[in-house]
Amino acid sequence: MILQNQIWLLTLTGIGLVSLVFIWIIVQAGKPADSAQVQKTAHTIRRWWFLALVLLGVGVAYATLKPFPIADQNASSPAGQIVDVVGRQWSWTLSQNQIKAGVPVQFNVTSLDVNHGFAIYGPNDLIVTQTQAMPGFTNRLHYTFTQPGKYRVMCLEYCGVAHHGMVTEFEVVGGQP
Amino acid sequence: MNASQSAGALHPANEALTRNERIVFNLYTISALLVFVLMMLLGLTMRMAQSNWAGVLPNVFYQIMTAHGAGMVGTIGLATSAVMWFFLRKYVKLSLSIFLANYVLFMLGAVALLAAVFIGGYAGAWTFLYPLPQHPMGLWSGNAAALFMLGYLLIGVGFLLFYLDVMRAIIRMYSNLGRALGLQWLFSGDIDKSHPKTVVASTMVAITNSIGILAGAIVLVMCLINIYFPSVALNALLVKNLTYLFGHMFINASIYMGVIAVYELLPRYSGRPYPISRPFLWSWAASLVMVLIVYPHHLMMDYVMPHWMLVMGQIISYCAGLPVFTVTVFGALANIYRSGMRWNMPSRLLVLSMFGWAAGIVPAIIDGTISVNKLMHNTQWVPGHFHFYLLLGVLPMVLALMFHVIGQNAPSRSSDKLSFPLYILGGLIFVFSFLAAGHISTPRRYAVHLPQWLLYDQFGSIGAILLIVAMLVFALHIVVGLLRSPGNGDSAHATG
Ligand SMILES: [Cu+2]
Repeated sequence: MILQNQIWLLTLTGIGLVSLVFIWIIVQAGKPADSAQVQKTAHTIRRWWFLALVLLGVGVAYATLKPFPIADQNASSPAGQIVDVVGRQWSWTLSQNQIKAGVPVQFNVTSLDVNHGFAIYGPNDLIVTQTQAMPGFTNRLHYTFTQPGKYRVMCLEYCGVAHHGMVTEFEVVGGQP
Repeated sequence: MNASQSAGALHPANEALTRNERIVFNLYTISALLVFVLMMLLGLTMRMAQSNWAGVLPNVFYQIMTAHGAGMVGTIGLATSAVMWFFLRKYVKLSLSIFLANYVLFMLGAVALLAAVFIGGYAGAWTFLYPLPQHPMGLWSGNAAALFMLGYLLIGVGFLLFYLDVMRAIIRMYSNLGRALGLQWLFSGDIDKSHPKTVVASTMVAITNSIGILAGAIVLVMCLINIYFPSVALNALLVKNLTYLFGHMFINASIYMGVIAVYELLPRYSGRPYPISRPFLWSWAASLVMVLIVYPHHLMMDYVMPHWMLVMGQIISYCAGLPVFTVTVFGALANIYRSGMRWNMPSRLLVLSMFGWAAGIVPAIIDGTISVNKLMHNTQWVPGHFHFYLLLGVLPMVLALMFHVIGQNAPSRSSDKLSFPLYILGGLIFVFSFLAAGHISTPRRYAVHLPQWLLYDQFGSIGAILLIVAMLVFALHIVVGLLRSPGNGDSAHATG
């Protein structure tokens, strides 16, 4: 399943669980019970609930940070292809418009004027990866395309009146169709 | 009904507003409601424009977007500072003049912001992210950008005065801020059960938001200098750090000020004690530190940031959820579970606020993961989660206090029976259409949308319309109630 759908499912599950707990508590709220007893039970539950959240957090943090999802910005690149990307109000310049699938590519992304967002949209119109384009800095974005086709670059950092029109395209060729 | 639920306990004598206090409180409340409704209408205009249901030129769209952002962030801060003031003045002696000065400076600032946007054409977004305000490509002048920043400075000075007065008053009563936070009870000792939660929360907010506002003021001054002396170039990454430290802090402070209404009012409506505890003190002490260092989660896509800061952004985002889920929301739920809760507008809004905060934080925390942020950053996922906890979390906290003050403690009127569920329904449709659109990578802050995004925009518009109708009914009730109320707050029988 694509990552966007996993995130969506996880979010809906989380919000759903929160909702169920609230509905249950609200349904129960009208029936009075001994406060001391309720508070004692609540403290016990809270201890386990806290522990569960901590364990979940540690597990998820470890799983999502190792390997680290952002390329080392100082190491010399092992990438087979290098694409220089320059953003300006309101257009993108890419040093090449054809990228080979299956070969790691490094985008060196910067801006000539204000902050822009360099987001790559796949053939299915979903974001595959992104980084910021900032004046005075170059962000190195590593990605390996697997699927050939037309990719669209859109600006994801508000940059003025034609922000929504700051679009360009490139093609990924080769690999498995 | 037991004794603790009688009108006297709902409206204790030490909470009654004097004549002057009532005037200032009404100024805050009525202005905030008015601006909320206006800003919601601006929000609706944007969603309608994106839906292709309203023709709005891009330059006007981005002006509206700038006004909506600045207006909502400022006003939620103004309204929640009124919540904090309302309860804190019971425990420490606050200066009414300074509270009034904050209001006056806010209004002056608001006029400057509106003039900069709608007369000067400034459309650099509420975040005024350097160097966009200085780089308008001819759409607005340096003076318009400067006027916008001046407006922020006025508002910031007002808040800073208020927080300084809060800290002064707290120190006078508790001898220092650490004791007000209850730090002496973190590890051992018998906690003074009468120590007010309001004092703990207010101290935390006064410290952290003063730091946040100072960071904002530094950026504003740097940018103002840059506008008139462009040769003094700024480091864009440094400015971004300071800007998000300020922005994150200011909006989070509104939650921390608003939640005071839950601490104070919930036990009165549930009739069950809601005492202070060691985990409570820990959660506020931890939040004090975390809220200041969590902001790098806004910079995860700035790969040149020191990576340890981005890791910190993710880890602290996760940790910041712990106090919410295990202390405040959990505590509130334990307080109402089998309490014999009396349902009316204030109590329903309080429970809604806890739901909105807890549920809205779920997509927020998930987006605080670097690998998720790569796909969701600056999509509509982001307005999806912050509208969730602002619209269904923080605003209900504010509304709960307002309905409480006008003394609407009787079981609901028929109009509330309609408007309350309408608010929730409209709110949920509205925020879920943002989240769903973010899930399919719809960018945020786009004046023009691609065909595949329109359906989400249209659902969002419908949700916004329902919500605004409900909000209008709320606002009307509250304004009428405030103007009719004798002002001592003890008017349960007058309107009940
Ligand atoms: Cu751009």
